[in-house]
Amino acid sequence: MNGQLLVEIYVFVLAVFVGFEVISKVPPTLHTPLMSGSNAISGITIVGALLATGSLPGTLSATLGLIAIILAMINVVGGFMVTGRMLRMFKK
Amino acid sequence: MQNIFIPIIYLFSAVFFILGLRQLSHPRTAPKGNTTAAIGMLLAIIATLLNNQILDFQTIFIGIVIGSAIGAVLAKRVEMTSMPQLVALFNGFGGGASLLVGAAEFYKDEPLVVFTLATVTISVLIGAVTFSGSLVAFSKLQGLLRGAPIKFRGQHSINGILAVSIILLAVYAVFDPTQASNAVLAIIVISLFLGILFVIPIGGADMPVVIALLNSFSGLAACATGFVIQNDALIISGSLVGASGIILTDSMCKGMNRTIWNVLFSGIGSDDGKSPLVVDPMKTVKS
Repeated sequence: MNGQLLVEIYVFVLAVFVGFEVISKVPPTLHTPLMSGSNAISGITIVGALLATGSLPGTLSATLGLIAIILAMINVVGGFMVTGRMLRMFKK
Repeated sequence: MQNIFIPIIYLFSAVFFILGLRQLSHPRTAPKGNTTAAIGMLLAIIATLLNNQILDFQTIFIGIVIGSAIGAVLAKRVEMTSMPQLVALFNGFGGGASLLVGAAEFYKDEPLVVFTLATVTISVLIGAVTFSGSLVAFSKLQGLLRGAPIKFRGQHSINGILAVSIILLAVYAVFDPTQASNAVLAIIVISLFLGILFVIPIGGADMPVVIALLNSFSGLAACATGFVIQNDALIISGSLVGASGIILTDSMCKGMNRTIWNVLFSGIGSDDGKSPLVVDPMKTVKS
């Protein structure tokens, strides 16, 4: 097992604990916006999509990556915008 | 030599995500939390584009423009009452993206080490289940599929058999990399079926819980993809969403006086969700 992998596992385990602790006592009205907002964050896979597309032009991987960019950007842009709309609705 | 700024910007992006999630869970700060998280995402995208492995910016630009435009139009046009299914749809797309990134890494013309192969199978598995499961959830809420639970005999046994066969295929792929290509393809197909079978027995009022769980899955899919491409930004943000998603799913179940196992496996979700504890204006579920 190489050092980099070990560090990645550290990072993973610590981030899981942060994730468990970061949201607490969420009022039920915020359940859906929180779900929608964290769903937008899971669009972080855009990072992988960008790397797959940009680093190997003209290959099958780049084509799969391009579709992944489109899907991930729909997830990110749509996700944050719809969360914003939900939250503005609550203000009224 | 890798640009030193990239990991530092990724770190900032992770901090913004953590602060954003925290702010999103309190009524007063929630709108600010959404902006904070969006800034985190922007930072992650900018940092990635600074990577000197990226040669082709034109294709990336096209993808970003198309995806952003579709996302923006969907988010703007949707009726207030249709928001839960839109979240399900977006979530499915996120899972689908993780599936494709895992597959893209697999189809690179480079021999993969065993560890990468193992993480690819996990990444395509979770990505595919999230993708097809979310699309079923979307179809049910949108009225494209019958909203009531769809059940048949031996459902749990079939799911069990599918799950076991995925594990066997993954082991096979790792031990005989020459056959890995077929095995990975088979894992993707079976996982897509598993995602469908996992969600169809769950009915109307329980759908928000399932979407919350699938949201957690899409985080885990991103995290697994992070292990595939050895990227800390994906590992941190993916596991954040995965873990906080499980907490959120749990508190939604508690709000209905149910347990997560009860929601997933009993299929009593056919009732119309008369849950006195939950006052959720977003939960306008068609059944």
